[in-house]
Parts: sequence; C-alpha cells; structure tokens
Amino acid sequence: MSSEVTTKPEAPAGAPGREKGRGLGTMLLDAVRQNSRQYGMLFALGLIVVLFQIWTGGDLLLPRNVSNLVLQNSYILILAIGMMIVIIAGHIDLSVGSLTALVGAVAAVLMVQQQIPWPVAVALTLLMGAAAGALQGFFIAYIGIPSFIVTLAGMLLFRGLTEIFLDGQTMGPFPSGLQKVANGFLPEVGPATNYHNLTLLLGLVLIVFVILQEVRDRRRQREFSLQEVPPTLFALKLAALVAVILVATLLLASYKGAPVVLLILAALLVGFGYVMRNAVAGRHVYAIGGNLGAAKLSGVKDKRVTFAVFLNMGVLAALAGLVFAARFNAASPKAGINFELEAIAAAFIGGASMSGGVGTVLGAIIGGLVLGVLNNGMNLVGVGTDWQQVIKGLVLLAAVGFDVWNKRRAGG
Amino acid sequence: MSPEPADGPGPTPGAVPEGGSGTVLEMRSIVKRFTGVTALADVTLSVRRGEIHALCGENGAGKSTLMKVLSGVHPHGSYEGQVLFDGEECRFKDIRASERRGIVIIHQELALVPHLSIAENIFLGNEPSRRGVIDWDQALSGAARLLRRVGLDEHPRTRVSDIGVGKQQLVEIAKALAKDVKLLILDEPTAALNDEDSAQLLRLMKELQEQGITSIIISHKLNEISEVADSVTVLRDGRSVETLDVHAPETTEERVIRGMVGRDLGSRFPERTPYEGPRDSEPALEIRDWTVRHPVDHHRRVVDGVSLTVRRGEIVGLAGLMGAGRTELAMSVFGRSYGRYERGTVHKDGHEIRTRTVPEAVARGLAYVTEDRKRYGLDLGDTVARNISLSSLPGLARGGIVDAHRERQVAEEYRRVMNIKTPDVLEPVGRLSGGNQQKIVLSKWVLAGPDVLILDEPTRGVDVGAKFEIYGVIDRLAAEGKAILMISSELPELLGMCDRVYTMAAGRLTGEVARADASQEVLMRHMTRVPSAAGTDPSEGHHP
Repeated sequence: MSSEVTTKPEAPAGAPGREKGRGLGTMLLDAVRQNSRQYGMLFALGLIVVLFQIWTGGDLLLPRNVSNLVLQNSYILILAIGMMIVIIAGHIDLSVGSLTALVGAVAAVLMVQQQIPWPVAVALTLLMGAAAGALQGFFIAYIGIPSFIVTLAGMLLFRGLTEIFLDGQTMGPFPSGLQKVANGFLPEVGPATNYHNLTLLLGLVLIVFVILQEVRDRRRQREFSLQEVPPTLFALKLAALVAVILVATLLLASYKGAPVVLLILAALLVGFGYVMRNAVAGRHVYAIGGNLGAAKLSGVKDKRVTFAVFLNMGVLAALAGLVFAARFNAASPKAGINFELEAIAAAFIGGASMSGGVGTVLGAIIGGLVLGVLNNGMNLVGVGTDWQQVIKGLVLLAAVGFDVWNKRRAGG
Repeated sequence: MSPEPADGPGPTPGAVPEGGSGTVLEMRSIVKRFTGVTALADVTLSVRRGEIHALCGENGAGKSTLMKVLSGVHPHGSYEGQVLFDGEECRFKDIRASERRGIVIIHQELALVPHLSIAENIFLGNEPSRRGVIDWDQALSGAARLLRRVGLDEHPRTRVSDIGVGKQQLVEIAKALAKDVKLLILDEPTAALNDEDSAQLLRLMKELQEQGITSIIISHKLNEISEVADSVTVLRDGRSVETLDVHAPETTEERVIRGMVGRDLGSRFPERTPYEGPRDSEPALEIRDWTVRHPVDHHRRVVDGVSLTVRRGEIVGLAGLMGAGRTELAMSVFGRSYGRYERGTVHKDGHEIRTRTVPEAVARGLAYVTEDRKRYGLDLGDTVARNISLSSLPGLARGGIVDAHRERQVAEEYRRVMNIKTPDVLEPVGRLSGGNQQKIVLSKWVLAGPDVLILDEPTRGVDVGAKFEIYGVIDRLAAEGKAILMISSELPELLGMCDRVYTMAAGRLTGEVARADASQEVLMRHMTRVPSAAGTDPSEGHHP
C-alpha cells in the first residue's frame, strides 16, 4: 500500500497551478502533502515491515506470526482508537491502563469467583467501564478539572481497586467461551482446502464491498458535480486497497484463519472512523479540540461532547481489558501497566496533535501497528526489552519531530 | 522645567541631558504591511525631549502598530522608513534591543505574572543577581524605592494578583523605571481603570515628566489628552494627519475629532436595498436593561443597563471606542458567552426568549459573528467546508450522519455567492486571507438561517475590495428581512450602512442617532462622553 506513494513522485513538485488539467503526479503529491503525517506513517510502517522482513529472514510475515501480531496488539489498538478520540478533543487519558486491569479483575471476580455466565459478566464489565469513563468525564466536562489531573487520579484509583479486588493475587482461568472470542479464530466451514474457507470468503466479501463503496462514492461526487479524482488515480487507489486486503486475507487464511478480535477491531475501525468523519457527533469532537472558543460560539454543546468522549474511552478500555485478561487467561494486579502510554504514543505517531483537533481513527491504528511491528520484529531478532524501549522512544520523537518540522516548513 | 534629582539607583541621572529641548524621537515615513493589509501607509512622528506626546485616532488607525514598530515588536526590516532616537538610527530586532536604549512600552493588556510578587515582577528578566543567584535584599530595597517613586504604597512582597488593576498599572511603570526608561510608551493606560486610578496615573505621568522622562500616551479619552499632553499627533487610516500643540488655544477637542474622522465617504458602500416585507409592530430584537459584570473583577459593570431595539429589515449600528462594552454586550446576550449576568431580558418579536446558552440562542434565531475570528470564529486548521457547516450540522445530517457531499455542495454554493477566493472548499481556512476568512465566518452564520444577526466588526482586517462585498451581503440580508445589529469602530461604515446608530461608552448607552442626524463628529462626541455614575444618559437612569 505504501509502495504506491513512494514510487510515484516522478512529476516535479513545484507545479504551482491548480487548474483542472494538472498531472497525476502532482495530484498524488498534493494528496500526500495534505495528509503528510498519515502518509508519512504509512510509508514508515511499510518500511519497518520490509526492514524486519529482511532482518528476520522472512519470519515476520509468516502466517503464524501475522496472526500473532494481531492478537498481541489488539488491546493496544482498541485503546489507541479511544485515545485518539480523546486527544482530538484536546484531552488526555492516563487512566486506561489501570482501567483495563480493573476490568480484568472485576471480570475474574464475576466469572471465576461468582460463576456468573460469561456473556452477562461481559455486559456488566462493559457497563462498569462506561461508568468509570462517565465519572471521569463528569469531573472533566462539568466540574472543569483538567483531564490530565482527573485521569491521573483515576490511574491511581483504578490500580488500587484492582489490587483490592484481586487481593494481590492473579485469578483465572476464564470460561472457554470468552477465551474463544478474545483469543480464538473464526470457525472452519466447508470442504478441506489448504486455506481457511470462511476467512477467504470474508476477504472476498470485503473486497467486493470496498469496490462498491468507492464506486458509489465516485458516482455521488459526480451527482453533486464536485471535482472528482482522475480515473487513473482512482484505479490505482482501488488496486492498492484490493491488493492489501488480498495479501492479508491469504496470509491469515493459510494459518488458522482470521482471529475473532480482528473482526472486532475492524468493526471498531470502520464504525469509529465513520462516526468521526461523518457523524455530527464526530464533527463536534474535532470542533472542540480545534478551537473550543469557536465551537462554543457555534452552538456546540462542548460539555456534553467531552463527557461522551470519556464515557466512550471507558467502554473501549473495558473491552481492551476483557481481551487482555482472556488472552492471558488470568486477571493480574499488574496487568495493563504502561498501556496508556503505548496508546498515547500510538495516537501521536499516527498523526494526533497535542493541541487537539487533528487526527484520524485510521491514524491511531497505523501508529499502533508501527509500535506493534517494532515490538514483534525486535522480539524476533532478539533485541532486549531495554533497547526496545530506547528505539520506541526515538521513533515517537522522530515521528512527531518530522511532523512539526514539516509543518513549519510549509509555513503554518 | 525643574528636574529634581532622582532618588535611588534609578534612571535619569540628575539633569536632563543636552539642555532639555530638541527632538528625542523621530519616525520618518513608516510603512508597515501585513499580508493583504497596509496597517501603516505613511507615518511621521516627531517627539520633543521631555514632553508628553499623545497619539490618537480611531481603532485601526495604526497607533498600536506604530508603537510596535518603535519598540521592536515588528523588527527592523519588516517595515519601511527610519526610526531615529537621540539622533541615532535604530534598528531594533526585538523588544530587548529597544529596552536597552531606554524605550519601554506598557501594553494595554498588562504583562505581569499574577502569581509572582511585585518585586519579582519589577525585576523580571532583569534580576539583580550575583553569579545567577538573586540578591533579594537588593531586589526588595530597589523595588521599594521604585514603588515610592510611582507612589504605590504596597509591600514589594505582595502578590500582583492581590492588588487591583490600577495598582498593577503602577507596578508596570515601576518595572519600566527599573529598566532605566528614557521614553515611556503607554497604550491606553486608563482603559481599564476607574476615575480615581486614572487621575492618579495621569498625575504620575506629570511627575515623571518633571524627572525628565519623555512619554507617549495612546488614548481615546480626549479630556485626558488635554489634561496631560503637550502635543498630539492624529493618525487616520495608517497615516499621520497632523500634530497639534495641545496648549494652543485653537486646539479644541472638536478640532482633534475632526482630524480623527475627516475623510471622504465616497461610494464605498452599496446603495441600501429597502426591505419590503411585512412590518411587525414589535421589534425583531429587543434588549432591556442588560447588565453584565466583568468575569474576574466582579465589582466592575462592563455593560450597564443597556436597552436597545432592532427591527426587521433594519441595520442598526453600535458605536463605541475600545472598552466601551459593545462586544461584551453582544457576547453576553448570545448565550451568556461573556462575563457574569446580572440582569436584563432579551425579547424577540415581542416575546421574551431564553438565551442562556449558545444552542438556545441559535435555536431562537440569533447569530453572533465574532470580531475575533481566530479565537472565536474559525478552526484555522480545518477546511472551508467544515467551518461553514459547523453551526448547521444537524440540518445537513440525516440520523446524526452528516451528508458530506451535500456539505461540500453547500460550501461550494457559499464560495460562489460570497465570492470566497479559495482553490478548494477542502482547503484549510488558515491559508486564506483575512477578507476570505471573514466571508467564511459570515457564511457559517447565514447558513444557520437566523432572524437576528449581530455582526461584530464585520470588516476588521479586511481589504477594501472584500469590504464592499461584505457590505453587499449585509445589505442583502437586511433586504430579506433579517434584523441586523452591527458593531463597528469605523464610523464611516456605520454612517454608510446603518438606519440608526447607538453609541456606548464605559458600558453605558450614551446616545441613539438616526441616520439623517448622524455624522462622524456627532457620534464621536457621544462616544467620548464618558458618563459619570449618576445617569448622564437620558435613556436609562435607574440603579439598584
């Protein structure tokens, strides 16, 4: 996917004219420039993948490892989606790591100790996440305490409660039903092929869906007589999208199939991406983060929006907590340590801005994947956790530094 | 002039150098351009040694910009022309450079750190120290001496946030004295002060003059100018019009006002299209007895008992100088977005309406187009389309989902109608010129479909061509039957566009002038007539 971006800049960049007949290359460059951070990170992600693919002698993209990558990073990615929205709104949430631990603990108490059926317990824990998020959101939005402080308090509070609930012990194992959802794969159907049939089918459905969606979008643009992308660029984009989905599908299908959490993640990505881009609510989040004063005077109910953003973060943190606990099949008082920082790093690498109002849900996923591939790749080649942290720190600094430099150069 | 020996380590060593008189500052043919706007077209200013020189002109005439050029806020090279201080050409690259020469500017918004003590503020950036360690004894005693000099009876350790604005102003002057000031510039020093504090400040300026310090004072209050200043330079539209000797008998306030406003109106305004729809008996907007207190200083009434009406199809002006309370009135009516509400009601078409929050005000058909579009009007990083749609998203959405295509189409429509010059409606608004940004803010509120529009300085920072287009839009809105309240500091604009004009000063309504009776002189007289506490204003006089 990244290759299309990199192989293209054959046209000179200095074309100032924006008249209709501009070249494909210029248009592509324009698009890249307009979303420099996201394309930049997509490019970086591609580079990292290629680098580790070579360095690990092809181990990185083995079907088993790809599947692993998804499972390993799913909970950080879930958190990163919520964190991105929080940061777009101009806030921060330091409590999500502790909240994932607390949710795991409560889930263990409900399922393991109290023997409550797991679907009921899942619903209860998600509700608890919502309540925790709502509590913090209340203090931030309606009392007016800065989110940094409220969620710092939450971080301590939830961590302490986790240890109280678990009495300092780990608790498990979780019912197998939950494990299958959080750690398992899609069931196999149909005749025995070398591939996982259901995954293949899903991949094909996805490809058809994407094509239809893009074509429909293009037709709508024409209907409203808006300027449209030239057909070659459109075809290129479509081909790249299809290729990426196809490769991912084949990789996953040649092992155990698509992990269930991948579907959850995809649903979250599509759902939140859509809401942030197209829903009134999402627009309001961008507005309050971009310029709170202007948003207020435009009639945006800023307090309500802030409250909802933190409530949502609570639910996503609970979801991440369940996935994490089920994956390790135990709730531990030390679970989720530093998760908030990983999620924040993912959001910033993926294009968020400290001042708010900027970022996309897809960006959070890309940022999370950059970190995830780095983690995984370095593990494969045997880099110790000490150096892993050093390198991740440098990557964060470089990503944001590049963006700041790029913006200043553009004369923002 | 009898210069007294200055006490302490302070500036002005004993006598005035070079025998007193003569020119200390000369600014020759200063031109300063910002992208798209010429702030200073041609200004020449000459200040004699030891005098108090007043600078006056309407808002936007270029007074503050000129002082920023002088003090190095706009560095050498960013403007054209020459600055001579003490006979030498100055090429300041920043404020510190000008301060080293003894030119200190005190801005309207005070530059004090509220949580630090008076002494710490006085010596901020200039701390008496030995090897990087602050010498507190010297700082405190030095501060005490300076405080005596400015006549402020406070302990140097007192926190700045614990003293009033008037005293803070004195601390600023003490800070300037600590920097060995030779030329003190005060930008609207009494705008936020009450009468007593103002009087004290003006007395202090006289005292400093006797100690040999030259001052430049920017002020809107003509009575102050005639009280303290020796000469006055009038700026208009970025040009220096004239310099008058305040002590000369022919220099009257009327004379200064004429200098400030005198210019031809020409055809810079479109012919007003009359509104032909039904006339209702009740005004579209009526504000009664509106009173608001300052958000921090609760004792100060920023808007005090203001009542006004605007009818359908009418453009009503609201004139006043900086600090008169016009924006504060508008923003507090629009969802109580400013200050602390004390009393007053808003009526629409004869019925009282609730406008406690912005969404409520919008739902009742009110719109407020801000004067500060960067802070309150636009998200500069976001696109033209999204900025235009922000107040109207529910109308562009179905089931909570914004129809992005329709949004773009609407934006394209406004781009055409308002003639917004942008390569694309998906362009970030931060890249567009001021005039185009203003058209976007206006588009946003026209799209919201209000009945009453409050336009706050709708042409500020906008070039002449775009101004005319904006006037055209305003005229069209009125002709459609919208009620328009237009706040402006440009009197010709009010005279050219409005059916009636209200004037405000110091938070109160000081007059209502019909178009036929209005002239710049008449309005300026009402605007500079600061009402004393006991109801100089015929339209309202009751107090709690």
